[in-house]
Amino acid sequence: MPKALHQLTLEEALAGLKNRDFTSHDLVSACLDQIKKYDSGIHAFLEVNDQALKEAESPRPGPLSGIPVAVKDNFLTPGLTTTASSNILKGYLPHYESTVTARLKAAGAIVIGKTNMDAWAHGSSTETSDFGATLNPWNTAHLPGGSSGGSAAAVAADMCIFAIGSETAGSIRQPAAWCGVTGFKPTYGRVSRYGVIAMASSTDSPGPLAKTAADAALVLQIIAGLDPYDATSSPRPVPDFFNNLKIKIKNLRIGLPWEYLEVMQPDTRRLVEKAADEFIRMGHQVESISLIHPKYSIGVYTVVQRSEVSSNLARYDGLRFGSPRSGFGEEAKRRIMLGTYTLSSGYYDQYYNQAQKVRTLIVDDFTRAFEKYDLIINPASPGPALKVNATLNEPMFGEMQDILVEPSSIAGLPGFSVPCGFIDGLPVSFGLIGPQFSEALVLSAARNYQQATQWHHAKPRL
Amino acid sequence: MKWQTVLGFEVHVELSTRSKMFCGCPADHFGKPPNTQTCPVCLGLPGALPVPNAKAIEWCIKLGLALGCQINLFSKFDRKNYFYPDLPKGYQISQYDLPFCHSGSLTLSSGKIIRITRVHMEEDTGKLQHAQIDGQKVSLVDFNRSGVPLVEIVTEPDFDNTDDAMEYLKEIQLIVRTLGISSADMEKGSMRLEANISVRKGGQATLPKYKIEVKNVNSFRFVKKAIEFEVVRQIEILSAGKIPVQETRGFNETTGETFTQRLKEVANEYRYFPEPDIPPLVFTKDQISVWQSELPKLPDQKRRELTALGITAEKSGMLVADPQRLSLYEQLIDHRIPSPKAAEAAINVPGNLVDNPTAVLNWISEKTAVSVDPQIIIQTVSRVINDNPKAVSDYQAGKQASLYFLVGMVRRELGNADAGQITEELKHQL
Repeated sequence: MPKALHQLTLEEALAGLKNRDFTSHDLVSACLDQIKKYDSGIHAFLEVNDQALKEAESPRPGPLSGIPVAVKDNFLTPGLTTTASSNILKGYLPHYESTVTARLKAAGAIVIGKTNMDAWAHGSSTETSDFGATLNPWNTAHLPGGSSGGSAAAVAADMCIFAIGSETAGSIRQPAAWCGVTGFKPTYGRVSRYGVIAMASSTDSPGPLAKTAADAALVLQIIAGLDPYDATSSPRPVPDFFNNLKIKIKNLRIGLPWEYLEVMQPDTRRLVEKAADEFIRMGHQVESISLIHPKYSIGVYTVVQRSEVSSNLARYDGLRFGSPRSGFGEEAKRRIMLGTYTLSSGYYDQYYNQAQKVRTLIVDDFTRAFEKYDLIINPASPGPALKVNATLNEPMFGEMQDILVEPSSIAGLPGFSVPCGFIDGLPVSFGLIGPQFSEALVLSAARNYQQATQWHHAKPRL
Repeated sequence: MKWQTVLGFEVHVELSTRSKMFCGCPADHFGKPPNTQTCPVCLGLPGALPVPNAKAIEWCIKLGLALGCQINLFSKFDRKNYFYPDLPKGYQISQYDLPFCHSGSLTLSSGKIIRITRVHMEEDTGKLQHAQIDGQKVSLVDFNRSGVPLVEIVTEPDFDNTDDAMEYLKEIQLIVRTLGISSADMEKGSMRLEANISVRKGGQATLPKYKIEVKNVNSFRFVKKAIEFEVVRQIEILSAGKIPVQETRGFNETTGETFTQRLKEVANEYRYFPEPDIPPLVFTKDQISVWQSELPKLPDQKRRELTALGITAEKSGMLVADPQRLSLYEQLIDHRIPSPKAAEAAINVPGNLVDNPTAVLNWISEKTAVSVDPQIIIQTVSRVINDNPKAVSDYQAGKQASLYFLVGMVRRELGNADAGQITEELKHQL
């Protein structure tokens, strides 16, 4: 049976538009219909762009011309409210555009709507959204993960051709894993943060949530690269990610850190080990290695991230943006308090400084590992999607779920999360990370895996 | 009992770069309609990021070099967190433990050395205006000043009298103006002074256990008054066996008194931490040497050059402190007036003549003209006209300066003949 338009991958959609098999209007219509039919039960979107169809009538020419994209609600989009799922910014219409959405629009993409997230990106469930949780399209009794849960669910439910998320530590890879889509976190600095409501400035990395690794490469091509408005964006030239995928990679040395497997649920671990076997079958070497135990990253990440959060949220001071500071949700309040504490006099050396020292050790640990190995196996989540309400009374919920991705986030490394099987009808994912700015290699590895497997083609029954 | 004053200073200077410290908005905010020079960055809108102004960093380091500072080749920005309505991000981007410049010094005319602790870079805040609208008292915020580059120069508590303090503050202003990095105009707030004042017993080696910071004083005279008032107030408290409360005080220009503004916060309540939006800055020794070599002649060097020419230290000081009169002096030297005499004239001519060297030459002649036989003047003028055809044709083409040149040539031969007389004869023969 041929795919419906909304089910197309980005690659397929671009080919279809080029062949005039259908129009952008048809494509956007199909996705809007999907939203209309199913989003009341999933709640991936906070706002749907009521101009999307009109924009699709004469899309701007470009490499993504006429393609509907769903954008996480922490990217500033003039004309569409941007709230980061927080009551503080309820109804906020931004005055300027994020670099990522500006580049997507310049490439011809059509923003179909803004997706739900954990408020301020504080979480790994999308359950802390001030506007209600998003539910997992594979099973609505389960969570989609987070913080880019709305974007992951929108891709899984074919409500868009691809989506944009942002990851501080796990916020792209973990919801991608729980929703069974392909998530890609670029190197810190590869994609501009300008116009993205800051969570933790030293690790925030925008990236794609897509249906395939090839699609992720196409999107990364557009959004990556130096931005004069972001002093932390990298001046390194952007390789041709998509054409790079055609180069056959062979004989990769891949490290499998036992400390990471150790914290995984046994059945999920077995699927990840099967995926590792697949790489061996493809002619690569996979060897067991030892890295600093990921549990140490939780402390480092928690201290650094809370410290930055406490400062980043200071601008919502009650004088502007229309809401007093009492309007912050419980999670934001907890993070502001903890971050204020760790930066306070007498505690700075003990916490923030100490955390930065350990961060350096973790970075060095990866650097040493990448002297011997091209890539390291790094699944995004210890297990499949948890049930709704799992976050209640679990202030460290996110950190426990993101234990596997916090080390690589702290080190600013690129990594992907791709589906590699199912447990009780819920998707499970596998992941690889590479050295900084090795996106081309990491994407090629993901692409190779997807050429050898079918898991990423599976669709939830809505 | 003898008391000794202990003073240290924090001077803020707004740089006159074209754009602000972290965005492209114009830095020149004085007198502009409120909130017309703002953007997402200096308004602290969600998602906006700071990109540092390279020119401002260069100027800050050049000021540090002019003050004999060491330059940190590895430096960074930090966030200073506090809430105030004029601070849109809820933190100020400043520098904490790795300022661009540290450990400098400035030598006063007495030979006393004032240690400069640090020279660092930060951003200015917005400005609050308290007004009445429809009978309601309101506070308005103007963000035009938000993000303007600001350099802070901090001294050790090395002063024990207000004269030294005044000399130091004026010298800083002069150095800043010589570098051309700021108007350092106190009335417009582009130079702001904060004095740290305390008093100890004469002979006591250790610093007092408290200090009073007097802020927002906008003239040298008022700073002096504020310090004098504070010293008396503090001695009174100390004499009663008490210790003044550590606090920040303001200065009332009408009463000449200081008053409590707020109890002093200790530095680490600002929760400083490295600004994650700006990567650390790394400079090379070569870069610093280039900047060092680009420094203009500094006031101290100029003064030494003038005294070497036989001008008194006092007059050298007066000239260097006044760029207009210094320039007049230099023009008089070009007209072959001897240095001490040129200095004398440049200092003493009435203000309305300062930018008119010819008039000053006449003014000098009138005071010092030697009478010369008119026949000799006629002959000399005629010879000079013959010897300088280019100047003559330039003059005839309307170039007034050529006339001054010819006057100079005549005087070179006749010494201090009356310039007016020469000018008249020149005009006559031409």
